[in-house]
Amino acid sequence: MSGASRPPIFYGLAILFGVFVVFLYGPIATIVLLAFQGPGGGLVFPMNGVSLHWFGELFRPQSIGDIWGSFDRSIGLGAVVMVVTVLFSFLAGLAFRRRFPGATALFYVTVASLVMPSVVVSLGIGAMFEMLGIERTWYSSALGAHLTWTLPFGLLIVFAVFNRFDPAYEEAARDLGARGWQPIRHVVVPIIAPSLVGVALFGFTLSYDEIARTSQSVGALNTLPLELEAMQTNATTPVIYALGAMTTALSLLVIGACLLAVLAVRRHRERFGSDAGRAV
Amino acid sequence: MTPRRLPVVAYLQALPLAGVFLVFFVVPIALVVVVSFFGYETYRILIPDLTFENYREVFSESVTYRTYLITLKFCAIVWAITALLGFFIAYFLAFQLPSRTWQMVCLLLCSIPFWTSIVIRMIAWIPLLGRNGLVNRLLLRIGAVDGPQEWLLYSEFAVVLGYVHLYTLTMIVPIFNSMVRIDRSLIEAAGDAGASTWQVLWTVILPLSKPGIAIGSIFVIAMVMGDIVTVDVLGGGQVASVGKQIATQLSYLQFPPAAANAMVLLIAVVAMIALLVRVVDIRKEL
Repeated sequence: MSGASRPPIFYGLAILFGVFVVFLYGPIATIVLLAFQGPGGGLVFPMNGVSLHWFGELFRPQSIGDIWGSFDRSIGLGAVVMVVTVLFSFLAGLAFRRRFPGATALFYVTVASLVMPSVVVSLGIGAMFEMLGIERTWYSSALGAHLTWTLPFGLLIVFAVFNRFDPAYEEAARDLGARGWQPIRHVVVPIIAPSLVGVALFGFTLSYDEIARTSQSVGALNTLPLELEAMQTNATTPVIYALGAMTTALSLLVIGACLLAVLAVRRHRERFGSDAGRAV
Repeated sequence: MTPRRLPVVAYLQALPLAGVFLVFFVVPIALVVVVSFFGYETYRILIPDLTFENYREVFSESVTYRTYLITLKFCAIVWAITALLGFFIAYFLAFQLPSRTWQMVCLLLCSIPFWTSIVIRMIAWIPLLGRNGLVNRLLLRIGAVDGPQEWLLYSEFAVVLGYVHLYTLTMIVPIFNSMVRIDRSLIEAAGDAGASTWQVLWTVILPLSKPGIAIGSIFVIAMVMGDIVTVDVLGGGQVASVGKQIATQLSYLQFPPAAANAMVLLIAVVAMIALLVRVVDIRKEL
């Protein structure tokens, strides 16, 4: 592990890791490249010139289906899911710090929701709305379906955070006279803020990419992943690659923004001398 | 830590989360159980009843056994590949990289694709594996094959490849998480006692990584068993799976048979997970 000479296993594993990374990124890189096909280009190599033609096509409503409508719905849904996930899982995380009757049951329900085959959840929510005679929409049934997927991730992250959280900070705040929500608002939240950004990232991207649980619960108007899935079966032009490149860029943008937010919080603390985390 | 506070506060804090799970998880799953005993007709979707007809149908059709067999086969193959890959990559990240910075960079490199669209990642295989795709061109160029290979895309091979692409990370992260907690002095002790790198890997690291492997396995199994998307995009109608069968029944609005099918799937998944949970206490691992 340390020292100048590495065991031969290191090189074997380094090659394996390299191949794995190529395997991970290769396909995406391919479609990003193909998205820049010339106007006469097809779905496969070779490149027939280089252009932004297919990105332009994205903005011409007749060439693709209801992409922008579904895009708006996915972004809106992702934003709502993100806020709700951060808020609800943080609150529940606070609750779980002390034992309360039913805590174990709630924990198992959460884990069950995570590992339940998505098609079963989707079917259940679809059936419930069907029986109640309520129309399925992205902001009701699909929102619920997404939360059954994002909240378990959120809660497990918050658990992991609180497992490593020193309660002495909060006690100190209380000893200094903080009451009610004050210790949470001024001590707990600032300390775990980077983790909450992580929960937000999980909430948004898991929702933005969700498809299995959405499929039976979304109703008549699709979200973007469902629209894409429907589109790919009869795609004949690289416009679908342009769309893929665009949504991938958006995902990367969100990850980048979150990383920057975490770094900004850290830098702010260094500059303004918050003592959070240093007293350990 | 603050015993003077009433548990009422805890209940209020847990209420929103519990409410969501009650309305959108517990009740719907209970409904699936109930509906699986309902009757149905072409123009009436749900007829309250207590019939075992749906289950009889599920178990009497040969297509059921075929789809379950294929799905279980996918599960076994994908599990084996992702566990093997996940274990060695996690080992590389946790024990072979020189510094924490390198660990974080490599882990980030692995996890970025996880945040991008699943559908896009599946579609991205098409220009590579298709009839005129890059792989076929390459194979023809080097003369390895006489004509374009059809089994590369819209096949079981493509579906397995897609699963491995999607779910290897799901194995890497929990195994890595188990590995970084292994006390390094154990490994030094094994080395001092004369164990080779492989012996350390096999007799010290592997047993101590079991919780991570179990957690990763639970995720992979649950996702492969319930998958619709990968089979749809990369199987291209040529490959069946339980999830897809349920989705097809639903597209014909046949809720009761779909629900019965879902119950069977659920029991299969729960049985597999129950076996794995015996290996690991999930809550202790966070």
